[in-house]
Amino acid sequence: MPARIAIGGAAGFAGDRTDAAGPLVDALSWFDGPRFLMFETLAERTLALSQLERRKNPQGGFNPALDRFIGPILARCQHEQIRVVGNFGAANPPAAAARILALARAQGLRAPRIAVVEGDDLTKDLTAHDLAARETDGAILRDATEIIAANAYLGAGEIAQALNQGADIVVTGRVADSALALGPLMHAFGWRADDLDRLAAGTLAGHLLECGSQVTGGYFADPPYKVVPGMAELGYPIAEIEADGSMVITKPEGSGGRVDRLTVIEQILYEIHDPAAYLAPDVVLDLMGVTVEEIAPDRVRVTGARGRPAPATLKAAVCIDGGMLGEAEISYAGPNAAARARLAAETIRERMRTRAPDLVVRTDAIGIVSVLGSNGGAPEWPAEATDVRLRFAAQSRDAGAVERLLDEVEALYCAGPAGGCGVRRRVTARLASASCLIERRFVSPRVTMIGGGA
Amino acid sequence: MTAHTIKLHDIANARAGDKGNRLNIALVCRDPAHYAAIAQQVTAERVAAAFAGRRPSRVVRYDLPRLAAFNFVLDDVLEGGVNASLGLDGHGKSLSYMLLDIDVQLEEAIVATVAAAHAE
Repeated sequence: MPARIAIGGAAGFAGDRTDAAGPLVDALSWFDGPRFLMFETLAERTLALSQLERRKNPQGGFNPALDRFIGPILARCQHEQIRVVGNFGAANPPAAAARILALARAQGLRAPRIAVVEGDDLTKDLTAHDLAARETDGAILRDATEIIAANAYLGAGEIAQALNQGADIVVTGRVADSALALGPLMHAFGWRADDLDRLAAGTLAGHLLECGSQVTGGYFADPPYKVVPGMAELGYPIAEIEADGSMVITKPEGSGGRVDRLTVIEQILYEIHDPAAYLAPDVVLDLMGVTVEEIAPDRVRVTGARGRPAPATLKAAVCIDGGMLGEAEISYAGPNAAARARLAAETIRERMRTRAPDLVVRTDAIGIVSVLGSNGGAPEWPAEATDVRLRFAAQSRDAGAVERLLDEVEALYCAGPAGGCGVRRRVTARLASASCLIERRFVSPRVTMIGGGA
Repeated sequence: MTAHTIKLHDIANARAGDKGNRLNIALVCRDPAHYAAIAQQVTAERVAAAFAGRRPSRVVRYDLPRLAAFNFVLDDVLEGGVNASLGLDGHGKSLSYMLLDIDVQLEEAIVATVAAAHAE
């Protein structure tokens, strides 16, 4: 058994920097022990968007940036025996695996052995009605008839199994983000399903890596209070984990960013509710005893994760059509801009009151009050404002009503107050997502090996 | 000793995360010496009052003394969250700074430390 392994976190969401993996591969090459690279690219809605893409193109539905994430590092990962685990398979893991094989072939590489993890898709076994009955914290699905995507968060067992079978690359769809790290740990150290404290430590390692640079100085800078050097070339994280589950979080030498007590704690608590009970498919993680210790520049030791038995159910993310979101903006500038903008907002409100009375319209004055405002009522802004950008937004399944709002804003060009300018409008199809708890008997994950002479 | 009023932002860091219509905000003391003062003053009730405009149905504070940090969980403050909010920040990412806008009282000596940190 190795003394320790290293896992690099090369992506924290589908739109993350695609060149972050290169410096991680360089750093991992020097690591004395098994090394892995994980990509987390699947936020709640990303999979539903991928499912819609797959309906249009049966060979699509995986992460559209896959080539840019994987292409530049494929050769060196093969050469340095860095094994890759990613949920970039999204709604079509087999197609993503085929794409990676094609990339390897085009680069003249030996065909990698690729494992495809499937079984997260619930739409074949559960109806909209079944899912609605299992929804937690809301009633998004109550009247839903058509489900776009319903996927259970799988655990780390199949990823570990795939690595045990010799996979160079593991492609998954929906798995718990932290499983992308826990899988390699279970494989490398032979942790068993009842090794609860170690499973908890591996889940914590995954949680620290799953958002990429969010633990190494990304989403952190607030100068001069919180200074982050080298934001343009942030180093992405590496976790060096020992067989007992203790770990050091660090980043490639010479890269931008910072790793210290503060960056690590912010990420430990990211998207956590009860810190004594973070639910994952393989274990319930208790963070109350966790300590962090700065042991060297950009090296933080994290210990003390505790585990309790896994929940009886698995979480699933379910997406349905959420109607259309319409947004339109117009600017007023110069003397008395605030009064003219206010008149524009009142004019829109009055027009819409009779023409689409059921549509809730939000009005923002960007730069004055927009982000922290609330849906109700008109914004208030200082009378002396000389550069006001108004934003109107509404959401409905009635596309005509949404378009009507945008038309009314555009009509302010002529029929509104003086000096209105710079109208931009757009309509976006919206997805509504819900969380469900699913009995494990509905979920049967499986691993298929392709390539590499398999 | 004289008490000085400062913003939480002067001494603490925060990061927000969402799940549906529920928001969590991690609050981390830059200097663990401030943990007790924040624990005493930044109660769940104070935070609920600071977020009154978003009408939270429940606010819970979890204390993590080993990390000199707190986790606030605010229910129903995201106007439907990414599913339904008409605002630009459906995730509520910027609401961490609404928390950091809360006033806290600190003793003079600690205020001097904060000022020194800014001058670096």
